[in-house]
Amino acid sequence: MEGKNNRQEFIQGMQAGIPIGMGYLAVAFTLGITARSIGLTPIQATVMSFACHASAGQFAAMNIIVSSAGFLEMAVTSLIVNLRYLLLSSSLSQKISSKTPFFHRFIMAFFVTDEIFGISAARTGYVNPFYMYGAALIAAPSWELGTFLGASLGSILPVSIGNAMNVALYGMFLAIIIPPARKNRFLAGLVLLSMAASLLFSVAPVLSQISEGIRIIILTVVIAGLAAVLRPIKPEEEKSDE
Amino acid sequence: MNNSVYLYILTAAAVIYLIRMLPLTLIKKEIRNPFLKSFLYYVPYVTLAVMTFPAILSATSSPISAWAGFLAGVIIAYLDGNLFRVSLGACAAVFLVSLFL
Repeated sequence: MEGKNNRQEFIQGMQAGIPIGMGYLAVAFTLGITARSIGLTPIQATVMSFACHASAGQFAAMNIIVSSAGFLEMAVTSLIVNLRYLLLSSSLSQKISSKTPFFHRFIMAFFVTDEIFGISAARTGYVNPFYMYGAALIAAPSWELGTFLGASLGSILPVSIGNAMNVALYGMFLAIIIPPARKNRFLAGLVLLSMAASLLFSVAPVLSQISEGIRIIILTVVIAGLAAVLRPIKPEEEKSDE
Repeated sequence: MNNSVYLYILTAAAVIYLIRMLPLTLIKKEIRNPFLKSFLYYVPYVTLAVMTFPAILSATSSPISAWAGFLAGVIIAYLDGNLFRVSLGACAAVFLVSLFL
């Protein structure tokens, strides 16, 4: 029974992994091209993609490599650029059933990308680790493959196709946040406020100097904190979510 | 440079893994505090919204095709909600519009 359920979850995860993989292929191409331009070999670039699975994090890491900065600087930069995963993983921790064997958390942690986190957060109730593994099985190799191709061949996609694939991941984010917002006015307002604030931070004189990684953290902490004060979730909302 | 590249990669990878792994393993229990519970419940919506907009508008080589992708994504997500169809719809809108640019 349990095994059958795990298999179903794994297959559903693989299905959700397809659009993620498409988007990853496109983004990883660019990553690979950058890696090549700073003198990394395709193998090095691919190893980095396998080890990190983090787009902004990897761009930042390549910056450090090219400037031959110290390892401490690499560690600190990686910490700052990727700090949002601390929030995402904390949120995900509440979606794991106490019945799920503990070792799964160490494997799941390896695949907490924005996208795999997003589809996992969007599951009703607890997340079955096999759902994440199914998604990762499709999405992660696309990330590595895209990096390898970008680093060895440069961009091999026609601009029009590459352009189109670049919005795949954003499309997914929209598919995660809009349907619940449609049913809940407060969430709709929250999504609109988040987008408006993000726009403000990207164009306003002083605010636009703040790096994207920090911007995401500041806005998440402030806006989600505000939402939690204004409208603490009620027990029935939890239930409908479980 | 070759050896140090792998050391650099290892450093970045270790830090990134720890950031992802520590909350998952240290927060073992269900959080009871209503504020924290609500905060973590709202995190995905805010983070993903912040990451999507306005970044999506510069994801393609023209703001017009990017707007088309964004609007198509919003509309399909509103009407349908299926991850794959929304994603593909946004891609298709960008592709079709860029044919005319």
